[in-house]
Amino acid sequence: MDKRVTFKGWLLPLLLIAPQVLISVVFFFYPAGEAVWQSLFIPDPFGLSMQYVGLGNFEFLFNDPYYRASFVTTAVFSTLVTLVSMVPALFLAVLADRLVKGAGTYRTLLIWPYAVAPAVAGVLWLFMFNTRIGVVAFYLNQLGYDWNHVLNQNEAMGLVVVASSWGRISYNFLFYFAALQAVPKSVIEAAAIDGARFWRRFFTIVLPLLSPTTFFLLVVNIVYAFFETFGVIHTITSGGPQQATTILVYKVYADGFVGQDLGSSAAQSVVLLVVVGLLTVLQFKFVEKRVHY
Amino acid sequence: MADIRKEPPPGMVEKRGGALWLTHALMIAGVLVIFFPIWLAFVASTHTQPEIAQAPMPVLPGSHLIENYKRALFSGVNVPVATMLLNSLVMALGIALGKIAISLLSAFAIVYFRFPGRKFFFWMIFLTLMLPVEVRIVPTYQVVAGFGLLNSYSGLILPLIASATATFLFRQFFLTVPDELAEAARVDGARPMRFFVDILLPMSRTNIAALFVILFIYGWNQYLWPLLITTKPEMNTIVMGLKQMFPSGDDIADWPVIMATSILAMIPPVIVVISMQKLFIRGLVDSEK
Repeated sequence: MDKRVTFKGWLLPLLLIAPQVLISVVFFFYPAGEAVWQSLFIPDPFGLSMQYVGLGNFEFLFNDPYYRASFVTTAVFSTLVTLVSMVPALFLAVLADRLVKGAGTYRTLLIWPYAVAPAVAGVLWLFMFNTRIGVVAFYLNQLGYDWNHVLNQNEAMGLVVVASSWGRISYNFLFYFAALQAVPKSVIEAAAIDGARFWRRFFTIVLPLLSPTTFFLLVVNIVYAFFETFGVIHTITSGGPQQATTILVYKVYADGFVGQDLGSSAAQSVVLLVVVGLLTVLQFKFVEKRVHY
Repeated sequence: MADIRKEPPPGMVEKRGGALWLTHALMIAGVLVIFFPIWLAFVASTHTQPEIAQAPMPVLPGSHLIENYKRALFSGVNVPVATMLLNSLVMALGIALGKIAISLLSAFAIVYFRFPGRKFFFWMIFLTLMLPVEVRIVPTYQVVAGFGLLNSYSGLILPLIASATATFLFRQFFLTVPDELAEAARVDGARPMRFFVDILLPMSRTNIAALFVILFIYGWNQYLWPLLITTKPEMNTIVMGLKQMFPSGDDIADWPVIMATSILAMIPPVIVVISMQKLFIRGLVDSEK
């Protein structure tokens, strides 16, 4: 993986790499180290001194029912976001793949939501489901369903899941569409000649061929649900009602900035670091697999 | 043998008559459902507050488009939206161009030189992949505050600028550049930076453009970071300022202006994605590899 031909000198390359290294140290490694350090202390009420508590913050954290609930919330949330964003995307991609004409136009239209920021998506969905003026909430009421995501925990979860998944459908659609176009037509034709109908062909041939893409999207969407959906949750529910939509990243923010509980927030950051580490390893394990495909 | 490998003509498998129309119909239905939230926001941005507040609100555009957008752009709620648009533009461009610049330089150093600590720095950059800003918000905030960078463009841009992904992308690409080019440059007595500027940069044009599209949207759509470090309304970016436009408590939100703002917030990234669609898809696939 190394070049045979290189330039001489060591000062120039050090200068070239310096900006990136400097920014990484100041804004990445130092803060991450600081988070680990702070997680071992409790500041006194006046913020004048720090008391060493060892793993006390972690012990306290995992005994905190709200924190444990937040783990469950995050698991439920990311599973639902992954499902709700991948299944419709696959369905639309299969449809687009069957079209010889017009697939490009549909693709252009379907890309739009990807460009919409999660926080803006949150506002759009909030507007539709607003309990006072939302159009969808209004018609649900007309049908006899009393929609109120401000009070009902499941409805709040449903709304943040849909709002988070919406833009992601575009993303998953693009990857599935590209993967479907790469499936050899001759394999499909052969199955068709053998008498396999569309859905049978889809489940026995196409879906297995798509599995590398599916696995890749699973990991990427879980990472998205964990770390990039803060904007949606902050705009729609602010973690409520009764913390029903407080995912781990939201809790770090809520405890660290709103609650000013620095020790606990730092301990939560460290837990998240471990989670990101595991997800990254998973991602790279998979990237290696994908090369063999 | 040649016959077997030949692809059958397209359309041999169920692309006839009824099935084709059904596919189109389902596709159109899908697009309509996906588009509905954007359409509704646009409609709301063309009506007056009472028209929207009277449920159910209309689903066709009204006649107050210019008035609402003018009000949003030049007065807004806390600060004119034009100001927030400018802040977002500076932030998105700063992040995209900054990431590309420092990644190009460090990838060049790693691929084309042998210097002490090369492997160490490489792994160091690699590790930043595992540290999204969401994970280290409190200490990073303290660092930025310590430098006095709250409410500044540098504070918005710098902490988000280091990018392992972009560095790896350029590294991969540089590794595919034929050795003969560097060899020739060396024989001709060209200095490394000459080679970088005259040969490597022009060759990376497409990669740079594809990455720019992805990074511009990444920068534009940031929410948590600007929320933390911009306490003055005049430094708000449009994506985070949108939420600040909602009144606290029971006051009625100014929906026409808020919806006009959300449309304004999505126009620049949508234009970038649609007009550079090919580059965008390429960048998406490249940066996830």
